[in-house]
Amino acid sequence: MSEIAGRLFSWVNDRLPIVNTFERHLSKHPVPSKVNFWYLFGALAAVTLIIQIVTGIWLIMPYSNTEEQAFSSIEYIMRDVDYGWVIRYMHTTGASLFFAVVYLHMFRGLLYGSYQKPKELVWIFGCTIYVAMMAEGFLGYVLPYGQMSYWGAQVIISLFGAIPYVGESLELWVRGDYYISGITVSRFFALHVVALPLVLIALVFLHLVALHEVGAGNPEGVDIEKYLDDDGIPLDSVPFFPYKVLNALVAIGVFGIVFSVIMFFFPEGGGYFIEMANFEKANPLVTPDHIAPVWYYAPFYTMLRAVPDPLGGLIVMAAAVAIFFIVPWLDNSKVASIRYKGIYSKVAITLFGVSFLTLGYLGTVGVTEIRKTMSVVCTIIYFAYFLLMPIYTKFETTKVVPERL
Amino acid sequence: MQEEDKTRRKVLIGLTSAVGLSGLPFAATPFIAAWNPSAKAKAAGAPVKLDVSKMQFGQQIQVAWRKQPVFIVRHTKSSLKSLDLVLPKLADPNSDQIEEPYRGLNLSRSKSPEYSVFSGVCTHLGCAPKYFPEVEPKPWDASWNGGFFCPCHGSMFDIVGRVFKGVPAPTNLIVPPHMFDGSILTIGEDKEL
Repeated sequence: MSEIAGRLFSWVNDRLPIVNTFERHLSKHPVPSKVNFWYLFGALAAVTLIIQIVTGIWLIMPYSNTEEQAFSSIEYIMRDVDYGWVIRYMHTTGASLFFAVVYLHMFRGLLYGSYQKPKELVWIFGCTIYVAMMAEGFLGYVLPYGQMSYWGAQVIISLFGAIPYVGESLELWVRGDYYISGITVSRFFALHVVALPLVLIALVFLHLVALHEVGAGNPEGVDIEKYLDDDGIPLDSVPFFPYKVLNALVAIGVFGIVFSVIMFFFPEGGGYFIEMANFEKANPLVTPDHIAPVWYYAPFYTMLRAVPDPLGGLIVMAAAVAIFFIVPWLDNSKVASIRYKGIYSKVAITLFGVSFLTLGYLGTVGVTEIRKTMSVVCTIIYFAYFLLMPIYTKFETTKVVPERL
Repeated sequence: MQEEDKTRRKVLIGLTSAVGLSGLPFAATPFIAAWNPSAKAKAAGAPVKLDVSKMQFGQQIQVAWRKQPVFIVRHTKSSLKSLDLVLPKLADPNSDQIEEPYRGLNLSRSKSPEYSVFSGVCTHLGCAPKYFPEVEPKPWDASWNGGFFCPCHGSMFDIVGRVFKGVPAPTNLIVPPHMFDGSILTIGEDKEL
């Protein structure tokens, strides 16, 4: 019996590189032997992506993408479909946690210089994934056609209107109607469930292929390729399988607990994950009291509001995302990790973190005079972190990075 | 391969690519054009035409354009004269804070001195302000000169849709593009604009 199985396996393996791929990317793929918890969020992001795809497919089945039916089909999923509420809340919780782990994953990159040569492309693919995710999240938020879906989309689509000359016709083209109607919802649906997931999966594939080509980093910023054993394998490495896979499984277990607690007990996340206004059907005639984005866009929304001119706000907001792409060429430091960088970098990344969180908070609350000043200050700090990076990373004293991990 | 052949190959590759690429905009056209408003959406959002000569002086009517109510008011001579009286109460008498298509053309803010045409959506939270043309003391304003009062949150507008000071609504009611052909009013289109 086992002989037949073995023969069948080698028949397939002669035609499909199963063993090769398994060895190259798992059992013989060397990764640094010492990393910390910051290195787990990539795996968690992958798990969340899978959750989103599976729950998403199940949600497509009862969802209806028309102006009349969209909102009531969500109610139908929540009330009439067996376990529909679990699947939907899994999807909404997954969306928020996807952003949470990706933000932590990106912050890890900034902390430990994960964008530095030769990992620039890994970083750029990652940034592109983030942009695609933002689009995906926005499109998905419109689909329930609730009040916040409608008015949030109104704000975002009117951003296109700020573009000189073509703005208004571009807005009309994006909506396909004179207001955000069923036509808009159904095209957003197509993009949300087919086009962008394909793009996301392709980008994740590229992100991983590029990562496996250049090798993963570590919190010390040590180049493990320097010291190899007789077989050419880095001395300070362990095989990805089983060491890192088992590690990640523990993290996934903890993540699963957090995920379940939110999904079962706080699915609305206090109005931050699902905004209360979205429990009401879209009404083009009634603006909600307070239009706020979901938490994961809030920092950028604050920057948009911090600039009085709509076009200026749009440019600032786009620049705030785009600037991530050039980080590999802004960092002039000889060392990768924050542990060996100088005091300027440490102060800068702390200020950056604080300003990003503050911007996030400001985006979810109403505008007052003092908050407006705060958003301007935080926006300036946010950009200063990036734009001054070439200077402060060059003129600071760094510590000596050890030879071995 | 000879040098001459290599050059020839380069030219041919260049030419073939150029011809191939020139087809790209053609191939992209249907995909881009399919996002334009469809014939059905255009029909639903088409300009609205109506005959306003049957309106009585001082009367206000409401028509729907693109799912939004649009108010039309036919003014009397005396009501237009009284516009001066409300000036001190207005927050933005010349509509400087909004896009005003016919600024300075008529007191009525429209293309006709006799009729006003403006959106019936309160600029505060989108309720429908109500028309109170009487010049008499009202619970919300002891020296009321006629105008619009929003029952939801108490915003007040004059008879041409300009917002009062100190009310929740931030701006004047929006004037949509429109044109008059005799007594036929078209809302949503202005060939001169």
